[in-house]
Amino acid sequence: MLRFLFRRSLGAIVILLLISAFTFFLFFAAPKDPALLSCGKNCTPDAIALIHKNLGLDKPIPVQYWDFMSGIVTGRDFAQGPCPAPCFGYSFANGDPVWDTIIDRFPTTISLTIGGAAVFLTVGLGTGMIAAWKQGKLVDKVFSSASLVLSSMQIYFIGPIVLALLVYNLEILGQPKYVNFTDNPAAWFMGLLIPWCVLSVIFTAQYTRMARSSMIEQLAEEHVRTARAKGMTRGTVFFRYAWRGSLIPIVTIFGIDLGSLFGGAMITEQTFALPGLGTLAVKSVRDTDLPMVMGVMLFAAAFIVLFNIIVDACYAFIDPRVRLS
Amino acid sequence: MTTLTKTEGAPVPTGSDPFLSVRDLYVRFSTEDGIVKAVDGLSFDLQKGQTLGIVGESGSGKSVTNLAVLGLHNPASTEIAGEITLDGQELTGARERTLQKLRGNKMAMIFQDPLTALSPYYTVGRQIAEPFIKHTGASKREGRQRAIEMLTKVGIPQPGLRVDDYPHQFSGGMRQRAMIAMALVCNPALLIADEPTTALDVTVQAQILDLLKDLQQEFGSAIILITHDLGVVANMADELLVMYAGRAVERGTVKDILTAPQHPYAWGLLGSMPRLSASVDEPLHPIPGSPPSLLNPPSGCPFHPRCAFTSEVGGTRCADERPLLAPGRASACHLTAEQKHTFFTEQIKPRLG
Repeated sequence: MLRFLFRRSLGAIVILLLISAFTFFLFFAAPKDPALLSCGKNCTPDAIALIHKNLGLDKPIPVQYWDFMSGIVTGRDFAQGPCPAPCFGYSFANGDPVWDTIIDRFPTTISLTIGGAAVFLTVGLGTGMIAAWKQGKLVDKVFSSASLVLSSMQIYFIGPIVLALLVYNLEILGQPKYVNFTDNPAAWFMGLLIPWCVLSVIFTAQYTRMARSSMIEQLAEEHVRTARAKGMTRGTVFFRYAWRGSLIPIVTIFGIDLGSLFGGAMITEQTFALPGLGTLAVKSVRDTDLPMVMGVMLFAAAFIVLFNIIVDACYAFIDPRVRLS
Repeated sequence: MTTLTKTEGAPVPTGSDPFLSVRDLYVRFSTEDGIVKAVDGLSFDLQKGQTLGIVGESGSGKSVTNLAVLGLHNPASTEIAGEITLDGQELTGARERTLQKLRGNKMAMIFQDPLTALSPYYTVGRQIAEPFIKHTGASKREGRQRAIEMLTKVGIPQPGLRVDDYPHQFSGGMRQRAMIAMALVCNPALLIADEPTTALDVTVQAQILDLLKDLQQEFGSAIILITHDLGVVANMADELLVMYAGRAVERGTVKDILTAPQHPYAWGLLGSMPRLSASVDEPLHPIPGSPPSLLNPPSGCPFHPRCAFTSEVGGTRCADERPLLAPGRASACHLTAEQKHTFFTEQIKPRLG
């Protein structure tokens, strides 16, 4: 297990380096000068040159990259003051420290992502298993067709509809907002309820279908038949023997879906105007705010890579054959 | 419809009620292509302490029959008709709950491929203990003790350690032993072994068969041994049933059938066995043609398209009329008893060497 973690951590660092280099150099390929943003209306070439110098944009791009990356590890000194490690610099747009901004926005996004995942894993796997249990019956047909329809419902389509219906017309729930969990757990839950459900609709539909087909496949396995031949009850056969095997493909897909779940969280934040990393990422790209773009990219990528390692470690708990090899 | 109502005739009447009795069993699967007549009017009996061998090609309905005995077919896609009685208890049409109490307890099954038939996710010990705990109400600790005891009995070295292993940590032979231990954990009165040695090499095969024999002597269980290996049958079984296209085509004691088979299909089976004494250059004699489609089985005698003796019966009788299996030692073939005797001794026996 330690060896596994060590190997995967090394791989993660390589991945993050590649992502950082790609983002950084891609940024300079964009035909837009970040200095224009803070230069104002009556901009002169001299003023631009000065801003370039202040932002460090006058140096060669590889040197800028090196400064930025080494700053993450060792910290840097800026005109605004010292920036301790992990230093992602200061925003080009408003001069705020990048790291502090990310740490400030992060709880919203992680609440949204983990809550959404919890919703679609429980609801999706639950309905999928009910459908598999009642295979061919009415419940199965209803769930299966509903999942087909819902899997084509985009967040920005359902989001406004749900808002219009539940918040503005029926006034059952308040406008979605983020409250710190530590401040008021109940308000945190109620504020994020709509975003969670909207974010998880497509995933729920997909996981319903996947759980159903995976269960049905497992129920046809020979070892499941053996369990029945031993006189095990239907429930034991279903929940102990078939369920365990059906988790493996689901965990695999979940690892892949983590990235799109994060992307979904960004769209959800935009839809409900939640101040998370998603809105921050969109805004900083629009503002050509290099340090912020880099910070958000690397932070998000690090989280996705970390979750993938956790998901892969889960295999070992589910399947003893993975544990030993 | 007439063929459906015709009975195949009971096996030899023995006075007392047989332990397991199967009468006019029909198993049909509805598939997208149509209805598969997997078992088509099968009857047989089995006494306690006896071993019945069932031989036949793949797809002849051997396994399907025995899954029907345990009631393991999916009721949504399977139609089962006929009577299966175990120790006086009717099994066809019995409630799932009743069957659950019998499975793994009074009747147990050893499956063909222990690698896929054992769950990869739980330890061998747990899988063996599970039916014991369920059927006897034993505690987990007693279940584990029982699993170790069973592993010892089937000859697994260091059973106290191996009990916590997963199936993939066992070798092929050990897995099959674990499978047997699992089937025998509640001392079942009826043991169905579905090709228990097919996946094993020959030395292990002999050990497994010896093990089954020993256990039968100890507990007096009735065994159904499904196989396509006539060598295994000769070694193990008392009675033999030859199946073809979901029907019994010949029934008798092992000695009778192996020394004087009556049905052309049985001749073919014996003839296709390679002999060690034969010259290397001598070709094998497979049965010509291929097993019939059970979606649309041949009319009359299902073996007639592959049979070399239809002309001896005369006319189109083989294609028109289904031959019946008479009670006792019998074969379902239109040839007369003398013809069967003559053809076997004159044409088939010399080839068997």
